[in-house]
Amino acid sequence: MPNMSPTKYKMPEQDPIKRNKNFNEVALGYTHELAIEEAMRCLDCKHMPCVKGCPVNVDIPGFIKALVGNNIPKAYEIITSTNSLPAICGRVCPQESQCELLCVRGIKHEPVAIGRLERYVADTMLEKTITKKKNITKNKMKVAVVGGGPAGLTCAGDLALLGYEVTIFEAFHEAGGVLVYGIPEFRLPKELVKKEIATLTKLGITIKPNMVIGRILDIEELLVDFGAVFIGTGAGLPRFMNIPGENYNGVYSSNEFLTRINLMKAYKFPEYDTPVRIGKNVAVVGGGNVAMDAARSAKRLGAKNVYIIYRRSEDELPAREEEIHHAKEEGIIFTLLTNPTKIIGDEDGNVKAIECIKMKLGEKDDSGRARPIKINNSEHIIDVNTVIIAIGQTPNPLIKNTTSALKTHSWGGIIVDDDTMQTSIDGVYAGGDIVTGAATVILAMGAGKKAAKAIDVYLKNK
Amino acid sequence: MYEIVYKRDLNNNVKMMKVAAPLIAKKAMPGQFIMLRIDEHGERIPLTIAGYDRTKGLITIIFQEVGQTTIKLGKLKSGDMILDFVGPLGKASHLEGYKNACVIGGGLGTAIAYPQAKHLHDLGANVDVITGFRNSDLILLEDELRAISNNLFITTDDGSNGTKGFVTDVLKSQLQHKTYDLVIAIGPLIMMKFVSKLTKEYGIKTIISMNPIMVDGTGMCGGCRVTVDGKTKFACVDGPDFDGHLVDFDEAMMRQKMYHKEEEHKCKMEQHHA
Repeated sequence: MPNMSPTKYKMPEQDPIKRNKNFNEVALGYTHELAIEEAMRCLDCKHMPCVKGCPVNVDIPGFIKALVGNNIPKAYEIITSTNSLPAICGRVCPQESQCELLCVRGIKHEPVAIGRLERYVADTMLEKTITKKKNITKNKMKVAVVGGGPAGLTCAGDLALLGYEVTIFEAFHEAGGVLVYGIPEFRLPKELVKKEIATLTKLGITIKPNMVIGRILDIEELLVDFGAVFIGTGAGLPRFMNIPGENYNGVYSSNEFLTRINLMKAYKFPEYDTPVRIGKNVAVVGGGNVAMDAARSAKRLGAKNVYIIYRRSEDELPAREEEIHHAKEEGIIFTLLTNPTKIIGDEDGNVKAIECIKMKLGEKDDSGRARPIKINNSEHIIDVNTVIIAIGQTPNPLIKNTTSALKTHSWGGIIVDDDTMQTSIDGVYAGGDIVTGAATVILAMGAGKKAAKAIDVYLKNK
Repeated sequence: MYEIVYKRDLNNNVKMMKVAAPLIAKKAMPGQFIMLRIDEHGERIPLTIAGYDRTKGLITIIFQEVGQTTIKLGKLKSGDMILDFVGPLGKASHLEGYKNACVIGGGLGTAIAYPQAKHLHDLGANVDVITGFRNSDLILLEDELRAISNNLFITTDDGSNGTKGFVTDVLKSQLQHKTYDLVIAIGPLIMMKFVSKLTKEYGIKTIISMNPIMVDGTGMCGGCRVTVDGKTKFACVDGPDFDGHLVDFDEAMMRQKMYHKEEEHKCKMEQHHA
């Protein structure tokens, strides 16, 4: 008999008052008992609508059934047969707009907490570290993956399972991409990312760090040694607002701010050498998940007042509801329908305030959202010492600029065939943010998966 | 891991190292830089490539012990390892097609100007070199520079080498009787600013090299923002070379002071513990 509780079992969390002063994980995960109870809420629907919502097609009813039967290794095996990074996905996927959106239980009540269950299974297995050695027949063909983020890791993992010898070229000193430089520790612990990547590399993947492709080697050179190349270099280029005062000291791109804190561990300064500057008051411009991550990090680093400055209203905030909720609980101040017009500095060039203008909502624009319109003479000043600009990223142009035959959109994204992810160059594939512009971890993983399949077909028919 | 295969003190606080990085050495060009991180707790810092040996697979770096990381780096010996070493980053300098060039180095900038001067010399240009230091103990690469220049001028702020003055004084007197089709100036921002101001009066094309604070070196962080001709550029991917007549040096000087407090804090702590 399924458990007919109308609501999801709550996942224990750190108290907001305590957690906004530390970088430990906010959500503590289900206990075994809670996981089993929640798993029993699944109706095991024959038509499996949830699976259609998953960009990497995890057999959701299958793994939940194994969990109900208390067979966690089997549940893990089912998940990892299509998703190589489940502990990560269980935490950062927007399940509410994917699998859980289509869950039958969600029609009348709350859907099954699929993400939390995935996390529980993955965490339990990672702790045991008894990853079963998979029997892979090597086919001796080599594939290069450029970029060790979610797209690249997934593509590499799938190809390794098919027997390919895969080398990941990572620009940073550590693989993981946005999982290590962007998403903060309190949402996605880095030790766990390391473990999940280590599990993946055991399949026979070599990771070469410190390799900026386009500089040390280019795509053409890779094609000499490798049968195919997958490009998953992400949306690395930060956007600025182009308003006066953006180059004052104390103005960060969200990329820089989060990379200092997450990858370089500036939150542990001076134990780690990389500093980050946080004033008493901090403004974060933007309303997406990255803006929430930056605001919540600033709060944890000791800022008294942290403002989210967003030009539309609460309904249009692009961040996940859960992130907005967490940010509010932690005391982040939402300054909505407000847009910066100028950053003001002191005589030494340090930020001292941000000038903003009030906005109102007008007709819907091309994005389908109400267009923000300036309210004249509504300029006002907010005293801040740090400004973090989190209004999006565009694809990194390094590979585009050094690979003449590679076709790209005017905004910089690489043009690919939708079905195969193949670029304008034979044997070169691409996926993730470098193709779509900034999107989610799981969509990048889906693209990596699709490309792996196409690369397999390509190389076997070559 | 990248091995330091050779180390030499160029003066009291300027050190030269050759690091084994064959793939970088294969591609490196004058004007480009590397990023390094010494150990797990280290910061990533950019250093301009001061030389490369393609056959031996070595990259030369020259640095002054001024901050947390460079002081730590200076303590490493030949045979020690650097954890991360990334490059070659940035755009290479365009040095083709010039006949009469003047290369100006200020302090440590001399070390970075050397490969440019050498490259110009190798391309067949007449190269005058002007270098400036605070005092004669700090003079760098005198023999190397003499070997590739038509004229070498060395000045010191205190006149301890017999020539007192700034590099701009020498350049000004040179410009009285000869002309250059290219000036390269590498050194402190204030020096590059005044060289550029002078050459602008004479309408001589001037290339300067920026070395701002950066985290990744690949265009990702935007920390290395420089205003050039009123537009924001990233030194790591758009530079590090820029047209000296178009750079907003005052803003760059302001941005360089960003972490002075934190640097001081860390350096004092180190002294305290040592």
